[in-house]
Amino acid sequence: MDDSIKRSYEKYFRLNRLPHLWCPGCGNGIAMKAIVMAIEKHPELNKDNTVIISGIGCSSRASGYMDFDTLHTAHGRALPFATGIKMARPDLKVIVITGDGDCTAIGGNHFIHTCRRNHDLTVILFNNNIYGMTGGQTSPMTPQGKKATTTPYGSMAHPLDPSALAKAAGATYVARSTAYHVKHLADVIEQGLNNHGFAFVEAIVQCPTSYGRKNKMGSPADMLAWMRDHAVMKAAWDKMSDEEKTGEKFPIGVFLDTRAAEYGDEYNKLIERLGGARS
Amino acid sequence: MKGRITLKSERCKGCGICAAFCPKKVLAISTLGQIEIVNGKDCIACGQCELRCPDYAIFVDKEEA
Amino acid sequence: MKARLMQGNEACAEAAIAAGVRFFAGYPITPSTEIAEAMARMLPKCGGKFLQMEDEIASMGAILGASLAGMKSMDATSGPGFSLKQELIGYGAVAEIPCVLVNVQRVGPSTGQPTAPSQGDVMQVRWGTHGDHPVIALSPWSVKETYDTTVMAVNYSERFRTPVILLMDEIVGHLRERVELPEKIEIYPRRQPKKTRAEGYQPYEPDYDLVPNIADFGKGYHIHVTGLIHDETGFPVGSPEVTERSIRRLHEKISRVGEEIIHTKEYFMDDAEYAVVSFGGTARTAYEAVRRMREAGKRVGFLRLITVWPFADKAIERLADKVKGIIVAELNYGQLVNEVRRAVAGRADVALCGKYNMKAFEPEEIEAAVTAMMKGGKA
Repeated sequence: MDDSIKRSYEKYFRLNRLPHLWCPGCGNGIAMKAIVMAIEKHPELNKDNTVIISGIGCSSRASGYMDFDTLHTAHGRALPFATGIKMARPDLKVIVITGDGDCTAIGGNHFIHTCRRNHDLTVILFNNNIYGMTGGQTSPMTPQGKKATTTPYGSMAHPLDPSALAKAAGATYVARSTAYHVKHLADVIEQGLNNHGFAFVEAIVQCPTSYGRKNKMGSPADMLAWMRDHAVMKAAWDKMSDEEKTGEKFPIGVFLDTRAAEYGDEYNKLIERLGGARS
Repeated sequence: MKGRITLKSERCKGCGICAAFCPKKVLAISTLGQIEIVNGKDCIACGQCELRCPDYAIFVDKEEA
Repeated sequence: MKARLMQGNEACAEAAIAAGVRFFAGYPITPSTEIAEAMARMLPKCGGKFLQMEDEIASMGAILGASLAGMKSMDATSGPGFSLKQELIGYGAVAEIPCVLVNVQRVGPSTGQPTAPSQGDVMQVRWGTHGDHPVIALSPWSVKETYDTTVMAVNYSERFRTPVILLMDEIVGHLRERVELPEKIEIYPRRQPKKTRAEGYQPYEPDYDLVPNIADFGKGYHIHVTGLIHDETGFPVGSPEVTERSIRRLHEKISRVGEEIIHTKEYFMDDAEYAVVSFGGTARTAYEAVRRMREAGKRVGFLRLITVWPFADKAIERLADKVKGIIVAELNYGQLVNEVRRAVAGRADVALCGKYNMKAFEPEEIEAAVTAMMKGGKA
């Protein structure tokens, strides 16, 4: 195994654990690279003051490959663990990596309320539209009509839009990008890292093994090309008519970037007010 | 502009993304299921392969022609 | 020492803070809610943090996270909430994260009778999670002992790096008593790494006592923590050898200390021919029943379990060698009694004095059970 570093962002990987376990052509590796590229651009972040927390699923294996203090939690529970860590150590930058099933199904309630409290967390949801680790079952973000092992005749439900949910629930930064738009993805994650509050980034990634194969989406490269052909930058999307927003087109970009009271800050003010010695 | 390609083949899973996005057909998947450079002299250092590789297995550096 | 009138739940909260707990996450549930309310009032005054989370599972996740980041942590609930937390209790056991979880028991199953006492979670706290891991559960019988066992629970959780259960019940949780709190208590500090990264530090390398010195997050050790079975490095390993070794060590780090953490108390045992075994709030009534029988000249003794898990096998064995019959008084359909039977192994009669109708025991009921055994038992 060649542990030499070719690119500076590689220093954030646990090189002795690569290659990662994701399938050939899986988009998770691209999204993980975008995260470390964003961390590298952030002048204050380093391996000692940054923590990576993940749930369970394909996405959540990312934490094991990243050379920080890392925590691979239970299914759906990354956000409560992250909340505890952030409250205990507000000086640490806490990044959460989750998946569409992990974050919006089993962890849905935590997602809503962690947004609501606006904890200073940067959450990156790897959306592959399916439960990959368990072999391709439908997720809340499987588009209507698309197939999975548990929707063999096509998903009947409308997919969840976590960006809209995050906005409604009180997140202060919300963005979406794709594995095709690598640099854009790294950029929106970097902006998320700069937001002092709950920052949410949906990274659309290809799952060629389960989602792609079930839905005849072709090779991993074909799935990336699909993202290229269907993603529309927000500025252009906003100018489109409703008729133009048909088909499988979807917007990418920054949907919300604002500031609001952050829970930990408010709590520290309370401690100050009550004369509690800072611990 | 010319490109110098470095492969970390122990990381390559042969997904073919780099070959598919290469505009100059420099790359191909070998019979062993891994990426190989079949036409290195045509590389224009566009970086598409490196950018899109999910496995950090291919890197391109610019070289003056 | 200053005497104060306190409720059991309040004593639990005060003791936790005295023992160094600085993070509490919880969700309202009767009859444990006063613990959360007290923590919400007190923690910010001493630089600690309180969070009411969106649900029971989130509360457990938050305390595990805060503990990993170096803050001693606690959560309190009742039976239904405890059920919900089970997966993360197992996570805390396998990832070896210190924390204290209080279960103020009420009548179940399901929503049951929220305001009524019960001791129906004896087996839930021991066997509720999936897979194999040991459990330490302490059960106080008074407000003062709630204080003491809470401190003990915090210390054990840090020493053994495992979740520790404080198995309370509605009787003790809502009991108000005059207590004298200790001015000074022993505090077990957070374990620290004994090696640097350069010296080859491995977060899950066991120390001499089989407990690993896992670095807190944010100390520059770059450790990985997972609920998957892992080796000394902390990274998951799918081998039979590592799996067996890991599960065995989780058990042995607690079993190796043997009787040291198994606290029991004997009363009126000198020439006893029969004995009552009980714990928690029920032990108060059992004590009174035995006291009355002694006054009436009956040779009855009483063994009270403070540590419910690990089970007091040795104390029960000694009891079985001494008496003809044992009555187990517990507020349920019969849980602890089966453990007693196992440990007695036929050396004495064992009978259940159980109750599950929302009411605490009356001394007469336990007296009647002992009397029935005396009449029907071996002469």
